Amino acid sequence: MRIAFASGKGGTGKTMMATSVARVAGPGAAYVDADVEEPNGHLFLHPTVERETRFAVDLPEPVPDRCDGCRLCQQHCAFHAILVAGTRVLVFPELCHSCDVCVDVCPRDALAVGKMETGTVRLGDADGIFVVEGRLDVGQARATPLIGHVTRAAPPDADPVLIDCPPGTSCAAVSSVEGADLVVLVTEPTPFGLHDLELAAEMCRELGKPVAAVINRADLGDEAVRNWLAERGIPLLAEIPFDRGIAETYAAGGVVADRSVAVRRAAEAVLAHARRELS
Amino acid sequence: MTGDPTRIAVFSGKGGTGKTTLVASLVRLAGRVVAVDCDVDAANLALLVPGEDGPPTPFVAGEKARIDPDACLGCGECADACSFGAVVPDAGVYRVRQVFCEGCRACGLACPTGAIRYEPDTAGTWRVRRTPEGWLVHARLGIAQDNSGKLVSEVRKAADRIAAEEGIGLVLIDGPPGVGCPVHAAIGGVDLALVVAEPTPAGHHDMERMLELARHFDIPAAVLINKHDLSPPGTRRIEETCARLGVPVLGRIPFDPAVPGRMAQGRTPLGGGGEVERSIREIHAALAERAAR
Ligand code: SF4
Ligand code: SF4
Repeated sequence: MRIAFASGKGGTGKTMMATSVARVAGPGAAYVDADVEEPNGHLFLHPTVERETRFAVDLPEPVPDRCDGCRLCQQHCAFHAILVAGTRVLVFPELCHSCDVCVDVCPRDALAVGKMETGTVRLGDADGIFVVEGRLDVGQARATPLIGHVTRAAPPDADPVLIDCPPGTSCAAVSSVEGADLVVLVTEPTPFGLHDLELAAEMCRELGKPVAAVINRADLGDEAVRNWLAERGIPLLAEIPFDRGIAETYAAGGVVADRSVAVRRAAEAVLAHARRELS
Repeated sequence: MTGDPTRIAVFSGKGGTGKTTLVASLVRLAGRVVAVDCDVDAANLALLVPGEDGPPTPFVAGEKARIDPDACLGCGECADACSFGAVVPDAGVYRVRQVFCEGCRACGLACPTGAIRYEPDTAGTWRVRRTPEGWLVHARLGIAQDNSGKLVSEVRKAADRIAAEEGIGLVLIDGPPGVGCPVHAAIGGVDLALVVAEPTPAGHHDMERMLELARHFDIPAAVLINKHDLSPPGTRRIEETCARLGVPVLGRIPFDPAVPGRMAQGRTPLGGGGEVERSIREIHAALAERAAR
């Protein structure tokens, strides 16, 4: 069972919910931090890191003395990532999408599939919870390949797998929810929350993913989010009121479900809903 | 006003730190300003900056593949060629899952019957809004797009153009979350990257990554601490990190549970008369002073 925690905007409490559900599910569960641009889950679960590997994407690598200047690679690269100057091939890594088209079209094998490291993957353990974290190197632009990789890096027998997604609805968010059986949208009852919730729900609809919602800071705002969820028939699993204690536990770097009854109940409700819907 | 406008971009790592609320307030205080919402994935600034929108401009970026089911032999060469897993079998033939296609054309090179066509992809739209005293450029990226960086560049160009035409000296950029491609497009060439940090371990961590990115691009940075009173020790740690890195802390904004309620009515903290308003006015004054230097 794979549950993704997503939201249109950041800071709604995705990480709080994903780590709390991991805690409530207990040993055997996996927590996957797919927010590779800002991985924060480790600050709450405090895993011991057991393995650390570097992650790399394909990047064409010119083979010396082979290019005869035909420019087929340059003409075929849809992303303008290759420039041929005379018989020298220049590759611009920040534009390359790792499609390998240039390598395939070169009649003289002047390009080989090389690698470029873009981030780190950490595997660890937090009281029996398997923790996977992807971390994009600062200065790297393309998060999607690393995200796809970490969402598949949990051990096959881990259950449930809880995926903490990056905010938004772009390619990064899509690749983080792609492998999920259920997407929990964490939102807040403000106009921003509603606007971004609509986009996140639309993304899930396009991907054909079932969704459910949790409203955080439920008492600071208005009714529009609740009404919208009801209209759409999206199950509202829990409402978490604003509580300085939650904010302070979060500020101190702990799993909020350990301290807050409201958050623990919300995490239990998410798990119960997922078990009911997905078994 | 001659020459380039001053460009200030506001970032926050993960978002949800009150960044947009702050930018909307600064827009109000600055008056004649071109604001740009570069958080094209979750564009919220327009909710707090009222005005009249111009017509939408489509943003076309790249292409998407389509397989003609009548011409498809079902050989699957295209699926093998695609590095993005976008081509899947479907009822005896093959189909391109549009959201995963990056438009690289590898499938078309592999297809023995020429069954694959490429169509330009409308990746989003952007508009210019006339606000009481200035302009707001805001955009909407389509779902599952990987062109956020290009759209950010496009709205920034539009903002620069308006600033030049209207002789406006300040461009205020509401930045996207993260440290990836849209952030690179939003930070390039700005005069100041303002990083809004919350005094939590996550907020601290995000701020450090954002400051590292600013350093990477050689952009001057300053920090604002939001909800500083929720964790005095966390605030102290942020200040220590900033002192170590030589990054100025430009202001501290307290926590006020009334702010989300005001936002729910589409209002900024301005005019509420609270501590939040006072601190934002101070920040605005500090920025104006910096810009004058
Ligand atoms: S791998 Fe694809 S994107 Fe990269 S340089 Fe080659 S053709 Fe261009
Ligand atoms: S154009 Fe490239 S990404 Fe799109 S389906 Fe074809 S091979 Fe895949």
